[in-house]
Amino acid sequence: MALLDVNDLRVRFETHHGTVRAVDGVSFSLDEGETLGLVGESGSGKSVTNLGIMGLVPSPPGVVEAGHVLLEGRDLVQMSDAQLRGVRGNEVSMIFQDPMTSLNPLLTIERQLTEVLELHRNMTRAEARRAAAKGLDEVGIPEPERRLDQYPHELSGGMRQRVMIAMGLLCEPKLLLADEPTTALDVTIQAQILELMKDLQERRGTAIILVTHDLGVVAGMADRVHVMYAGRLVETGPIGPLFKDPRHPYTRGLLQSVPRLTGDPDVALDSIPGQPPDLAALPPGCSFAPRCGFAKPTCELDRPALDLIPSQDSRSSACFETENLLGESDQ
Amino acid sequence: MSSPILEVRDLCKYFPMGKSGWRGGGQDWLKAVDGVSFDLHPGQTLGLVGESGCGKSTCARTIVGLYPPTSGTIRFKGNDLGSLSPRGWAPYRRKIQMIFQDPFASLDPRQTVGSILTEPMAIHKLGKPRDRRLRSMQLLEAVGLNPRHLYRYPHEFSGGQRQRIGIARALALEPEVIICDEPVSALDVSIQAQVINLLGELQEQFNLAYLFIAHDLAVVRHICQQVAVMYLGRVVEVADRDTLFANPSHPYTRSLLSAVPHVDPEVESVRQRIVLRGDVPSPLDPPSGCTFHPRCPEQDQVQGDRCSVEVPLLQSCGSGDQQRTCHLDT
Repeated sequence: MALLDVNDLRVRFETHHGTVRAVDGVSFSLDEGETLGLVGESGSGKSVTNLGIMGLVPSPPGVVEAGHVLLEGRDLVQMSDAQLRGVRGNEVSMIFQDPMTSLNPLLTIERQLTEVLELHRNMTRAEARRAAAKGLDEVGIPEPERRLDQYPHELSGGMRQRVMIAMGLLCEPKLLLADEPTTALDVTIQAQILELMKDLQERRGTAIILVTHDLGVVAGMADRVHVMYAGRLVETGPIGPLFKDPRHPYTRGLLQSVPRLTGDPDVALDSIPGQPPDLAALPPGCSFAPRCGFAKPTCELDRPALDLIPSQDSRSSACFETENLLGESDQ
Repeated sequence: MSSPILEVRDLCKYFPMGKSGWRGGGQDWLKAVDGVSFDLHPGQTLGLVGESGCGKSTCARTIVGLYPPTSGTIRFKGNDLGSLSPRGWAPYRRKIQMIFQDPFASLDPRQTVGSILTEPMAIHKLGKPRDRRLRSMQLLEAVGLNPRHLYRYPHEFSGGQRQRIGIARALALEPEVIICDEPVSALDVSIQAQVINLLGELQEQFNLAYLFIAHDLAVVRHICQQVAVMYLGRVVEVADRDTLFANPSHPYTRSLLSAVPHVDPEVESVRQRIVLRGDVPSPLDPPSGCTFHPRCPEQDQVQGDRCSVEVPLLQSCGSGDQQRTCHLDT
C-alpha cells in the first residue's frame, strides 16, 4: 500500500469574482522515501493541493469539496480537528516558503521547537530541549545551545529555513510537505538546504512532496514530477523521461522557456504566448487551449482527462493531441 | 570598441548606522558599495550578479541618482554626474532610466497607464499633450500591449503585463541607458521568457545599453555580453560572458555557478556542487583581508595568512579581459 493516496481532491474558493476551483480533481499516490515534485506557475493550485492534504485550507472562503487523502489508509479529509492535530507535525509536517514570516517572532527558537515534542512525544521541557538542540545540530546549525535562546529576528534567512526544517523533522514524520522551501533563499544557501533535505531523506526514508516553480530544483531532487496547470494535473511521470521528452504542450513550453546554463545563449527563448488563465472564468474545454500551439477547435469543447500515454512507462498526459505530439524517441 | 557610454570608477556608497565608541564619538558605516568600477558600452548589456545584500541594487540606485554617492565617479558620455546638483542631474535622468523588480509596487495604482506613461514626458516638457498620448500608444505597442489600454489602471493587468508597462515608462524619454534591477525575477517562467525576449528586441531597435542586475545566472547568460560578480559591496570578478561561464576564475564565482540547479535530471544526478560553508557575513562588520576568505573553499591553497590580512585587488587573470580579486596563483 502506498504511504499517501490522494484521490480526486477538489478545493474551491468563493470569491467576489465567482467560484475559483483552485484544485480541480487531483489524484496521485506516493510511496515511502519517494520525492514527488509538484510544479507549475503561480496560481496553478500546487500550494493549495498541499494545504488540502494537511487540512489547512482556510475556510471560509475555501471549501474542500470532495476527495480522499489516505495516509496509510486513514482518510485525513474525514478526520476531526482533534484527530488531525495528532497527525500534523507528527506523521506529516510542512515546511513553508517564507522563513521570515512562518516562525513566531515573539517566541524563542527553543519554545517553537519544543512545543511539537511536548505535544506529540510527551517529553518534559528538559528532554525536549535536548532533542531540539540535537535537531538543530542535524540541520547544520552551529552552536545549537546558544541558538535555542535566540529569537527568529536574530537569525539569517538560511538559518531560519534550517530551523523550519529542523522543526518539521523533529517528530520524524513519514511525509514532509515542502512548499517552495528554497525560493526565498540565495543559490548558495539553496544548495546547502537541498543537500540537507536529501541527506535527511536518505537517513530516515521520509517521503517528500516538493512544491516549486523552479524546474532546476525539481530536476535535482524529485523521483517523479507532476505538472499542474489551472488546478489540474496535466502531465505526470518519472523525472528523467518527462524532462527529456515532455508530452504535454504546456510542459514542453515550460521547459523550453527556462534559460539554461548550457546550449547557445544567443538563441531567443521560446516563450508561451498569452497570460495564465483567470481561474474564476476558465474556458469550458482544455484550460491551456488558448495558449497552445497544437490546439484544434475541438480542444475548446471538452476537458481532456489525464490518461496513460501509450508505450510510455507510467506516464500520463491530459491532452487530446498526445498521440500527435510524438517525442524524439518515437520519430 | 566604441567609447563607453557609462563609466563608473571606484564608486562607494556608505550608509551611516548609528554611533559607537566613547560618547558616540565613532560613526559606524554600512559599506553597501565599496569601490565598484565598470564600463558600459552603447548597445551592450553588462550583468551585475550576486546574492542578496551584496550591494547590486544600491549600485543601481546610486547610478540613477536616487542615492548620492559617498565617493567615486559616474561618467555619462564623459560628463561626471556625481558632482552635479539635483537640478544639474535633470537632463541626464532622461538618458538613464530604470526598470524595477516588483511590477506591483512600482506602478502608482491610482494613475491610469496613460498618465503613468505621459507623466515623465510632461516633466521633461516633451511635446504637446496630444503628442504625448500618441507616443504612449506607440510605446504600448512597442512592448506588446494593446494601445487601447491607455485608460486602464495597473490592477487590471497581470504581473507580466505590468512589467511591460514599467518597460514602456522607462522607454518614454528615449533613454540611452536602462538600469534593469531584477526585472524578471518576480515573474513566472513562461512570462519571464516573454519579457527577456522583449528586452532583447528593444535593445536592438533603440540601441540601448543595459545594466542588468540579477541573481539568476541562467537569465544573465541569455542577456548579457559582460558579467560582473559582486560579493559584499565589491566586484570580485569581471569577464565577458563566454569566459565567465566556461572558465570562472574567482572561487566565489565557481561556487555560485556550481550552486545553480540545472534543468536536466541527468546532469543533476552526476553534478558535483561546491557547497559553501555558512552565510554571507554582515556588511556592517565585513571580514578582514579578502571578504570571502571565511567561506572560501580554496583558501588553503594560498600561502600563509594573506587571505585574512591583505585585501586583493582587481587584476587580470586568464585570457582576454577577465579580471578577479583573489590571491590564488599570485
